[in-house]
Amino acid sequence: MFSRTDMSLILLIEQLLNGLQFGVMLFLMSAGLTLIFGVMGLINLAHGSLYMVGAFAAAGVAAATGSFALALAASLAAAAIAGVLVEVLVIRRLYDRDHLDQVLATFALILIFSESTRWVFGSFPLYLDVPAALSGAVSLPGGISYPAYRLAIIGIGLAVAVILFLLISKTRIGMRIRAGESDREMIGALGVNISVLYTAVFALGAALAGFAGALVGAIQSVQVGMGEPVLILAFVTIVIGGIGSIKGAFVGALLVGLTDTLGRVLLPVAFGTFMDPSSATAVGAALASMSIYILMAGVLLFKPTGLYGSA
Amino acid sequence: MKLKALLAATCAAAFTMGAAYAEGVKVGMITTLSGGGAGLGIDVRDGFMLAVKQSGRADIEVVIEDDQRKPDIAVQLADKLVQQEKVDVLTGIIWSNLAMAVVPAVTAQGKFYLSPNAGPSALAGKGCHKNYFNVSWQNDAFNEAAGAWASENGIGKVFLMAPNYPAGKDMIAGFKRFFKGDVAAEVYTKLGQTDYAAEIAQIKAADADLVYYFLPGGMGISFMKQYAGSGADKPVMGPAFSFDQGILGAIGEAALGVKNTSHWSKDLDNAANKAFVESFQAEYGRLPSLYASQGFDTALLLISAMGKADVKDADGFRAALEAAEFASTRGDFKFGPNHHPIQTIYMREVVKEGDVVTNKIIGTAATEHTDAYAADCKM
Amino acid sequence: MISREGLINTALVFGLLLVPLWAHFSDEPYIVTLSTRVAILALAGVGLNLALGLGGLVSLGHAMFFGIGGYAAGILASHAQSYTPLFEWPVVIEGTQFMPVIWLVAIVASALVALLTGALSLRTSGVYFIMITLAFGQMFYYFTISWPAYGGEDGLSIYVRDRFPGLNTLVPIQFFGLCFAALMLALVVVARIARSGFGLALNAARQNEARVRAVGIEPYRLRLAAFVISGAITGLAGALYADLNRFVSPAMFSWQTSGEIMVFVILGGVARLFGPVAGAALFIILEEVLGGMSDYWHIWLGLLLLIVVLFARGGLIGLIAGQARRDSAGEGGGHG
Repeated sequence: MFSRTDMSLILLIEQLLNGLQFGVMLFLMSAGLTLIFGVMGLINLAHGSLYMVGAFAAAGVAAATGSFALALAASLAAAAIAGVLVEVLVIRRLYDRDHLDQVLATFALILIFSESTRWVFGSFPLYLDVPAALSGAVSLPGGISYPAYRLAIIGIGLAVAVILFLLISKTRIGMRIRAGESDREMIGALGVNISVLYTAVFALGAALAGFAGALVGAIQSVQVGMGEPVLILAFVTIVIGGIGSIKGAFVGALLVGLTDTLGRVLLPVAFGTFMDPSSATAVGAALASMSIYILMAGVLLFKPTGLYGSA
Repeated sequence: MKLKALLAATCAAAFTMGAAYAEGVKVGMITTLSGGGAGLGIDVRDGFMLAVKQSGRADIEVVIEDDQRKPDIAVQLADKLVQQEKVDVLTGIIWSNLAMAVVPAVTAQGKFYLSPNAGPSALAGKGCHKNYFNVSWQNDAFNEAAGAWASENGIGKVFLMAPNYPAGKDMIAGFKRFFKGDVAAEVYTKLGQTDYAAEIAQIKAADADLVYYFLPGGMGISFMKQYAGSGADKPVMGPAFSFDQGILGAIGEAALGVKNTSHWSKDLDNAANKAFVESFQAEYGRLPSLYASQGFDTALLLISAMGKADVKDADGFRAALEAAEFASTRGDFKFGPNHHPIQTIYMREVVKEGDVVTNKIIGTAATEHTDAYAADCKM
Repeated sequence: MISREGLINTALVFGLLLVPLWAHFSDEPYIVTLSTRVAILALAGVGLNLALGLGGLVSLGHAMFFGIGGYAAGILASHAQSYTPLFEWPVVIEGTQFMPVIWLVAIVASALVALLTGALSLRTSGVYFIMITLAFGQMFYYFTISWPAYGGEDGLSIYVRDRFPGLNTLVPIQFFGLCFAALMLALVVVARIARSGFGLALNAARQNEARVRAVGIEPYRLRLAAFVISGAITGLAGALYADLNRFVSPAMFSWQTSGEIMVFVILGGVARLFGPVAGAALFIILEEVLGGMSDYWHIWLGLLLLIVVLFARGGLIGLIAGQARRDSAGEGGGHG
């Protein structure tokens, strides 16, 4: 059998994987948010609602067809459509407003999205499960058994990161996006149809959020209001990384994912070395729930515009 | 917020207009009807209103208000119901923290409060009140019964988990009170946490025979789905809140085989329950939940007291409530000295009936269970 | 000559005073309670408006001060009720139910926290400032939920409303009077600050930082001072809110509370002295009227908010006064 140190080493590696998976999931959510901010300068509090729309669309389609692939496709489509609608009807009037108006308008959108969803789907959580092919655990080298679905999320998230990176650095639309980030007047001068570009970027961000919602919905609860806690985490992520930077969002997401996961595991143990067990778990858990906010405050104190943000 | 339902079986009302009814009873219901926790409030409301409708009484007026699960809103609604609507009886609150905010103030003003859910320990012990009746359970009850059951069924070591807030700590303390074995680990998670990968890894590594957890609502759904996919094989148990009908639909087959303690189940074999389950399904088109049965029982208790005394006669009405002579969906029902139920707690198992994932009673976890705080209650 | 905005302000003050008085004499105590709520939430908004409107500091963490004020009241009252001292060392400090002391503690405590968090947060600007204030608020939120000494998530009840010399605070209209007086006092203070040299410099720093620096004023200090005063006023509102509900809970610290205080300010009109009063009144009225219409009333509330932002720039007061917002508040479209 394993010695005690082997055992805790395996546990530590498993927790690192968990942190990585949580981080990758946060990246899917934050990438859209930071893109939208970088190109259009818009703070979108309703990003979490698009995440919820994706999860609900996936649950609805999965229930009707039984296919997880179709459900994922539906989440992309539904969130993108919702994104286009919102952009055309509301968001495009907000680009030249200050952050305050954007915060209030998108706060209003959260109310509308949440309660409309409850109106359509009812007040109870919906059912959405991982596909049969990815259920259960797989054995990794070193005797670690890890849920197949979570490995898949890590893989998909990394793939999306690569695709986004290529999209922005190698393609024509990516060039326009980069132009928009550095100088909004210039892309107009380049003869780019700005309003179409903006709608496309917003739809892309929305689709990413909806996709994340569907992926995560399979292992969490698909319910009204599911987007708000994630939204706050996503904001923490992009602020740590530097707003507008995809690379920053990626690094920030991994930092937040690892800090949160390891904090939850290690802090109670650390306090247990010099406190009695029950107060150590209580104090450790309390501190762990604040850990990412402490991380964020710490980063901003040393780098007031985040790790990769430009002033 | 006047979702005012002046309930009258219309014909009956027309004919009994002149009858010598006493004043009747005005009920204020504060419950959660919007936002994330709305499912529970809607079930309590629907169960309560079903009983009122079936009674055919035209002299019960129910004013329903939505607390949005916010304690400050609940307090303000209570003020409104007492000061402006001048209700006689209040009910409906789902969450312990909202109950703690509202109940002491309304009972101090001489109103009756019937709790259809939530039984914080403070209101069962030192903070008990002669006008406060808990028709559901004291918060610890399901957990105490589960602890007793685990000991009797040869569980030696247990892994405990709950959110890091007072109700979570109470639930774990309740389990430990009746559990004689060892605690392998005790983990407190963030309230509202949705990812449990870290905790599941700890569970897999822990030396325990059983995982006992209390994670209400979405937290429990997330945990159970993730646990089922993790390859962990330790049996799981919890209080009924995490395996209720409204939640099982979202967990699906991942919950099959899980044991949970409850004072009620839809397959509980008594006439009142059969009629309730049938009529609830006919009326609302869904299976009733634990919360619906509690709402239903709360209304039955109120109606039984109305038959015996006028609500304006507070002492008489209180005595009538104490007698609790109604056909409860959980079979026998009686109050202990602190106005909390003395009742049997069953062990249920999650099973599949046709296409529906639901609960089935497999045994009794505690008979005539009384809560641990009654001795501290001086009325 | 009185401007149109001045007329509206006068109407607001008289409205807020006369409605509860009328309700008191027609035995509608709940309307008095609602008016008290408007006065207290407006006070919290007045605090935020000083930072937001005048200083351009978009704080999404003012729930922090609201909560600290609330818990100052809750903790002091709970110790007074149980006759246990707060501290026994180095000096014995007893709890109290005496409102002036509670208010003082609430103001000092929230000012101190504002000084600490402000000193750190103000190193950033724009969206970063919004988010770091949010982070500090969240820290307090999770701390109070998991800290068992004062009830954790269950909150803390004040069984009997705290006392004020010469008044019976249990009578709704008398408690309203106290809250109304506090609101008026805060409005006077903020109006004087806005016209003082400090206020003018603060306003100038918002519009053009370089120009203020050029005359030898350090904008950081101006903003920190504004943030501290702003936090203190919102803290006082928190203490009053605790006494209104006779209950405090971690929900006071939630980011939704910060969001709501901000909504009052924007609904009424940013940087307008009486904006928060108009905003809080409108919000409470909407909540009461819409809440009765359907279970899904948040949809209608959301639509109305959206319409106000999109089509009524300058908020309610701006809409009625018929002039655009005098200048844009906030750090502008602070880009990247």
